Amino acid sequence: MIQQTKATTKSRQAILDRLLGTEVIGPGLPTVDPNQLIHFEDPVAKFIEVLATVGGQAHVVDDLRQIGEILAKLPVYSQAKRVVSLVPEAVPSSFDLAAIDDPHALASLDWTIAKGEFPVAENGAIWVQGETMPHRVLLFIAQYLAIVVSRSQMVHNLHEAYARIGTPKSPFGVFVSGPSKTADIEQSLVLGAHGCRELQVFLTP
Amino acid sequence: MKTLPIVDHPTKAHAFVADNERTHWHDQALWFVRSKRDKQAGSVPEWEYLRSLASQIKTETIAKLGDYLSEFERNATALGATVHWAADAAEHNEIVLKILRDHETLRIVKSKSMLTEECGLNHFLEDNGIEVVDTDLGERIVQLRKETPSHIVLPAIHIRKEEVGETFHEHLGTDEGASDPQYLTEAARGHLRDKFLAGEVGITGVNFAIAETGGFVICTNEGNADLGVSLPRVHIACMGIEKIIPRFEDLAVFIRLLARSATGQPITTYTSHFHGPRDPQSELHIVLVDNGRSQLRNRSEFRDALHCIRCGACMNTCPVYRRSGGHSYSATVPGPIGSVLSPTRDSSSYKSLPYACSLCGSCTDVCPVKIPLHHQLLAWRKELVDQNLLPYSKRISMKGASILFRNPRLFTFAGWVGRKSLKWLPHGMTHNRWNTWTIARELPEPPRESFRHWYAANRKR
Repeated sequence: MIQQTKATTKSRQAILDRLLGTEVIGPGLPTVDPNQLIHFEDPVAKFIEVLATVGGQAHVVDDLRQIGEILAKLPVYSQAKRVVSLVPEAVPSSFDLAAIDDPHALASLDWTIAKGEFPVAENGAIWVQGETMPHRVLLFIAQYLAIVVSRSQMVHNLHEAYARIGTPKSPFGVFVSGPSKTADIEQSLVLGAHGCRELQVFLTP
Repeated sequence: MKTLPIVDHPTKAHAFVADNERTHWHDQALWFVRSKRDKQAGSVPEWEYLRSLASQIKTETIAKLGDYLSEFERNATALGATVHWAADAAEHNEIVLKILRDHETLRIVKSKSMLTEECGLNHFLEDNGIEVVDTDLGERIVQLRKETPSHIVLPAIHIRKEEVGETFHEHLGTDEGASDPQYLTEAARGHLRDKFLAGEVGITGVNFAIAETGGFVICTNEGNADLGVSLPRVHIACMGIEKIIPRFEDLAVFIRLLARSATGQPITTYTSHFHGPRDPQSELHIVLVDNGRSQLRNRSEFRDALHCIRCGACMNTCPVYRRSGGHSYSATVPGPIGSVLSPTRDSSSYKSLPYACSLCGSCTDVCPVKIPLHHQLLAWRKELVDQNLLPYSKRISMKGASILFRNPRLFTFAGWVGRKSLKWLPHGMTHNRWNTWTIARELPEPPRESFRHWYAANRKR
């Protein structure tokens, strides 16, 4: 265990005193009315459509074996040397992840095949739970990313998504929507900023 | 702290505005972002409902801020994080430096944080011998050019791709004259990969911190925050105390609004939720910074400015910001919200900012948390008059106008003088170098008669 820097409490009281010293009456917290929220007739179609607009590609598969077949058709996959699969029932890993202790050793990773918990129709995002990954950097350091997620778990909007997560139990969880991107140079969209260059999403039954 | 120089917005904007072609380009670039925002807002039928929810949640949070901060601290500590409190920028910087020193850190990787920008953390750490690498592409460009961000979401919006090409040629060894964004981004990717792998501590900002769970959320498109904190063992997250939201479920409201308002995306590529350190061998430090926020909370007329979620929609829509550029505000947060926030820090230094506004109200219309921005800018003008901070020329002309409008005879006479002068005065008398108002304007055609005269002749019985 590395030495833990202790928190200072000098200003804590001063700040809290200032905040608690001035009483402000608030309106209370609202309760969201579910009837006012967007729902889609075909949430799977909506998800696929939105994911495409943010640069990701979705594939509806009925059998896990199809995932390997679809990936094999992509040159960036067939030429890949280092693949980590967190969904071994669908795609095998190319090396033993358990042998890796330091996440820095994953720097040359070509692909990560991750497992998603559920997709969100309104914004093309997929919730990925931290504990599904031995190293959370797997999601960000690979040149390419694929996420396997069940389409039967689809939620319509983020309110449903957060209700589904409930109280977060893992130190890390992330919504991923499309590949890493930037438009910091003259508003020109470039895919593959720091994270994955492409995102393939496999919607299983 | 040293006194800040007085910022005169028109003077600071002068060089930018003088380049007509560039001003137009900047205006169009931001209008493009604003249009994308409109498209996204329009695609959510409950958009206005979300804005009302967000506004109510924030109003309640700021009202009970002390309680929510305590709740957050309790829950974050229970998860294994260390919570620090900083009264001002200097203390924030000292806290961060202490953590880095404790770990004998020489190199840090940092993702975008307007708070650390506000506190001047980068320069402070560099002065203390620590290499700081901004990993957001826009911020890296600005950092290499030794500039400051001109926008809170799009830090390099004022820089042209040819200029980025020159900067990268100098620092990253890209081809001379290259300006293709794809090529330049790829070069930055390679350059920053090495920095990520060498980073010993990751520093990030915070988009939302949740009192109920003790966790926080960071939103990025590039994945730089995640890459920066997933490799090293120590993560320092710096946040203003107003970033708190009460409940985990409230995230749905704010995440739905944030990216749509900011860049016109349905959600950012990565919306990462951190609850405690990564593993027992890792550390998570959260620095809560006041730096004037608790004083702002005491001022009822400007309190709503603490609702800001830093989406930048008010800048993208502001006709003054779009044409004068972010640097003309000389503040970490420019644009309409910056013009409200900056004078609360120092009304004398930033007294010109509430006037860098046409009161068109567009900022108020697009604000996802319903801050009444243009009302606050107007309120600031009154405040500046009360504080006697208006320049002499404006004070004296306001006095004159007041006398004029209180005396009907004087008003009638002034109207007559005005009509006659418009008719007979030679052009050179009004259009000369002392009258800046007429630089690009003509005076109106004089009416034949006054309204008073016309009314007496046509309507009075």
